[in-house]
Amino acid sequence: MDVASGSLLYLDGVSVSFDGYKALRGLSLTLAPGEMRAIIGPNGAGKTTMMDVITGKTRPDSGDVLFGGSTDLTKLDEATIAELGIGRKFQKPTVFENHTVDDNILLALKAPRSALATLFGKAQASTRSRIDHILETTRLADHRHRLAADLSHGQKQWLEIGMLLAQDPKLLLVDEPVAGMTDAETAQTAELLRAIAVDHSVVVVEHDMTFVRDLGVKVTVLHEGSVLAEGPLDVVSADPRVIEVYLGR
Amino acid sequence: MTSATNYRLIDTRGVIFIAVLALAAILVPILTLVIPQGSALSIPPYIVALFGKYLCFALLAVALDLVWGYCGILSLGHGAFFALGGYAMGMYLMRQVGARGVYANPVLPDFMVFLNMKELPITWWGFQSFPYAMLMVLLVPGLLAFGFGWLAFRSRVTGVYLSIITQAMTYALLLAFFRNDMGFGGNNGLTDFKDILGFNVQATGTRVSLFVASCIALIGGYLIARWVTTSKFGKVVVAIRDAESRTRFLGYRVETYKLAVFVLSAMMAGVAGALYVPQVGIINPGEFAPTNSIEAVIWVAVGGRGTLVGAALGALIVNWGKTFFTGALPEYWLFALGALFVFVTLFMPKGVVGTLEQFKARRARKKIATPEVAAAGE
Repeated sequence: MDVASGSLLYLDGVSVSFDGYKALRGLSLTLAPGEMRAIIGPNGAGKTTMMDVITGKTRPDSGDVLFGGSTDLTKLDEATIAELGIGRKFQKPTVFENHTVDDNILLALKAPRSALATLFGKAQASTRSRIDHILETTRLADHRHRLAADLSHGQKQWLEIGMLLAQDPKLLLVDEPVAGMTDAETAQTAELLRAIAVDHSVVVVEHDMTFVRDLGVKVTVLHEGSVLAEGPLDVVSADPRVIEVYLGR
Repeated sequence: MTSATNYRLIDTRGVIFIAVLALAAILVPILTLVIPQGSALSIPPYIVALFGKYLCFALLAVALDLVWGYCGILSLGHGAFFALGGYAMGMYLMRQVGARGVYANPVLPDFMVFLNMKELPITWWGFQSFPYAMLMVLLVPGLLAFGFGWLAFRSRVTGVYLSIITQAMTYALLLAFFRNDMGFGGNNGLTDFKDILGFNVQATGTRVSLFVASCIALIGGYLIARWVTTSKFGKVVVAIRDAESRTRFLGYRVETYKLAVFVLSAMMAGVAGALYVPQVGIINPGEFAPTNSIEAVIWVAVGGRGTLVGAALGALIVNWGKTFFTGALPEYWLFALGALFVFVTLFMPKGVVGTLEQFKARRARKKIATPEVAAAGE
């Protein structure tokens, strides 16, 4: 348990199966506070299922999932876990299309989430400047009054990352942030995530090797629901087992 | 630049809506009571009652739009809340009859004497008091919506499955209220009302007052719905409609929000039902019929979901059409209604108000010089 107590996120022996299909088999992973980690792996390696387990969408059949060394995430629902400080970006950009960019950030901003608070509460004076700050970071300041539906694909991805930032989470889970992006957008996204990682812990799931290289962080390779290799990208990509998984079939 | 959300409590559309209703609430009493009946300008009392009925439907439509248009909950059982509010009012009206019934029983309504009931069932206690009855108009639909919503939303029943169980709910109530031993008049329901708050329900003055009350209730319901939807709460509700799991991962308790909107909407529908019953003079289990709830959905679709004013307008248009058709070509009404629904779904998915809005937006965009469009397009 020593490893667990010093960690921000601690997964040990996590298994999940859906109708007999084992999506995760004994997955173990430790993330230190302030760390950024890239997770790679072929399709069906269990990356998204791992995100689902951490955010409370899926309950594991066995294993421990601890946040901040002591909080057992397997007992909590999505809303509680979000309030604890775990933010999640989906694979497909998921923003509120019928709200303006401004409102998207406003809804994500850390503030009381109860129905009574949103119905009767007055907006805080700092709200404006917090939204401005996030829109600057995500390069969306010029688009604030547009509907999220009218943004380009890359802008939607940034908006969603902005919404994550607005939640001010301790840990950000980012699922395939550059899927479908142009090369320029990909590079900008890497830059954005590195800026965010300065004061947040981040887990990034990604297929794009150039992007992972741009991030320049420790990499965990998943395969068939468990960890295959872990280390710097150069070391990992030289690992014969990793090459086998990616190129062997 | 498109700024879709209107943050003002009352926008231009709302001002027109409220002004028209307020004008009706002032003019109709004058034209009915002050101007002598039979003159060219006067309004006959039956027309007043007819439009009063439409206004109640409009309030039901606004209530339905709140849950469907804004929260994405397609309730096919909202007629149940309307009918329950109506029954609560009907029970008050029955108790007001007193000894003037056919059997002259001072306590028991006629149908209870007829069914050999010896004493007033507990469910009827207190209904001789108007304030108590009004409280029940809100509480009974509210509690049913709370119980139903608590079970359904917590189990994350959504989409078509939710629609089906709302339909089952109203059908179950229909069957229950048909039974004589439920103690609500069975098949015949409640009718032969005498007076409300001491005034004869048939009198022209009472009809006009009920019409004015319906105008006020519709304005009030609209303002409440508008206040809710323009608040941050309303933004969360729309967020739930468009991306439920995203909202949940942001830390909002989706089921609480849905429950709050559903209960508020059910109470509004209850008020609409309560105003409807004295104006039509009867409430029977037929009001629980699933088709009634589906018709209400059509009103909202025709007028434009998510616009509130459109929902009310849709209720007026469709019901006026129904009155016309069932008078002129009775056998074709259901075909006309079906055709209307198909037409709206195919060609006007945003309804009357939404389509008008689109026209306006398109014209406005044409007026603005093209560079802006290019900049916004990307």
